[in-house]
Amino acid sequence: MNGKRSIFLMSALCFGFAFLYVPIMLVIIYSFNEGKLVTVWAGFSTKWYVELFRDDAMIDAAWNSLRIGLMSATLALAIGTPAGLVMSRFGRFRGRTMFSGMIAAPLVMPDVITGLSLLLLFVTMEQLVGWPAGRGMTTIVIAHTTFCAAYVAVVVQSRLSGMDTSIEEAAMDLGAKPTKIFFLITLPMILPALMAGWLLSFTLSLDDLVISSFVAGPGSTTLPMKVFSSVRLGVSPEINALATLIIIAISVLIIIASILVMRSERQRARQVQEDTGIPG
Amino acid sequence: MSDIKPTLKQRFDRWMIRHGRVLVIGLPYLWLFLFFLVPFLIVLKISFATAQYAQPPYSALFQWVDEGVNIAINFGNYLFLLSDSLYISAYLNSIRIAAISTVITLLIGYPMAYGIARAKGSTRNLLLMLVILPFWTSFLIRVYAWIGILDREGLINAALMGLHIISEPLIIRQTEVAVYIGIVYTYLPFMILPLYSTLEKMDGSLLEAALDLGCKPWKAFATITLPLSLPGILAGSLLVFIPAVGEFVIPELLGGPNTLMIGRTLWNEFFSNRDWPIASSVAIAMLIFLVVPIMYFQHIQGKTEDPGK
Repeated sequence: MNGKRSIFLMSALCFGFAFLYVPIMLVIIYSFNEGKLVTVWAGFSTKWYVELFRDDAMIDAAWNSLRIGLMSATLALAIGTPAGLVMSRFGRFRGRTMFSGMIAAPLVMPDVITGLSLLLLFVTMEQLVGWPAGRGMTTIVIAHTTFCAAYVAVVVQSRLSGMDTSIEEAAMDLGAKPTKIFFLITLPMILPALMAGWLLSFTLSLDDLVISSFVAGPGSTTLPMKVFSSVRLGVSPEINALATLIIIAISVLIIIASILVMRSERQRARQVQEDTGIPG
Repeated sequence: MSDIKPTLKQRFDRWMIRHGRVLVIGLPYLWLFLFFLVPFLIVLKISFATAQYAQPPYSALFQWVDEGVNIAINFGNYLFLLSDSLYISAYLNSIRIAAISTVITLLIGYPMAYGIARAKGSTRNLLLMLVILPFWTSFLIRVYAWIGILDREGLINAALMGLHIISEPLIIRQTEVAVYIGIVYTYLPFMILPLYSTLEKMDGSLLEAALDLGCKPWKAFATITLPLSLPGILAGSLLVFIPAVGEFVIPELLGGPNTLMIGRTLWNEFFSNRDWPIASSVAIAMLIFLVVPIMYFQHIQGKTEDPGK
């Protein structure tokens, strides 16, 4: 009976992972196709990559997206980290329910609603206080920061709630000030979470189409907006090449990040062991 | 000796102890309040306005006239949504498509999550990584990948026709089936991860005891594993269902012109018809339906965050 169950689970896993990975593999394979048709293999070629790098509009859009991603991820870290800290360490305070609501809701809110509501906010603000004047990079960065901050808060919070508070408590008992405790103890301990949160925000910002479309202005076309307008017309080998580059870049980034996280964890464990003499 | 004037640093420290807490709560609170909560109030306001050829393209709700404030609330947008069967069917369609996709995602995701939770140490981490990795790669590209597969001239049709199984290409893209495939594909990691975290925490001894006492494996699963993993099922389903209701990219790229979904309707009202008030009332109508699932999601999210409660 047990054998039957594990065969069922094995085939479910195989099917599931094939489902997840085969489409991506096909995009990568067909990006090296000589011909323009997706279904006909006409020989190996890298000409679509050359074509892609000659497409100035695409390159401009890619730079816009990278700049927006860097700024949004950094700002999201600055706002999401205290939010995560508040959720896991500050206990009860007035307005906590609303606070946790404002962190959980952006995670599931449909993009069209977030995009429309932010655009209407920016238009209203411009009417009332004259800022932000028009729409462009600034409004996209604000929009991305808002939903990315919610993700950072959740990542930081889950790291903090799985963490031992005894070191922080000991420091507090010995009279260390809260700011000092945060920068000397809490911050180094949540560093992997901060890195994960930043990376997650960066990729979410790089990936967003719907919200950017609502709050973008002239001259702030992002990469997904550019991709979307050409994909609407059908499959193009140039997009396959772009997709391959994005997939490779993100995979490399994630592998590097996870190696760094693992190394810092190991180092921490070793240091704690040396400092306290307690193994583990 | 000790009662000399406090240095700047000491004063700063004292100030931080007194006000630091407020500062740490205040920054994210203000940001989210201004850029997440206030916008909804503005959407609500504009949903009661009238469309105008002006900049911005809607009428003002409050106007200062001689005898005071003139309030012009227009319920017409909502009446229009109710009177036009297009909006109602888009609404119902979205809910139906999102619900069916959620069930399919659960049926594929549950055995996968179960399999990962049962795997040994390093294999488990590798499998988990493999689930998370597609979540990091671009959503748009993952939807795009299916165009090449499902299209009339796509890979499925090419393969089936090449093997002489069919003589006419199947129409898969531009149907509802393609939308189901797209939603299940892009949201699968969101289902697997919460399921995995409840299944992984589960106490295996209960199941062992049931099996030792002669319980049939399927019955043990139905009476022990399934109820215990209910929080994961709920969290995963909500993480798939709520965004799927408002999905725009998937029905736009994979669905046909007849695949009406509310997110797509909102997009068209805004970008093609430039009718901001109608777009706002569509958003409010969608939110009214989603408010209960969103609050429920927040409730379970809160419970998992704070196990002491």
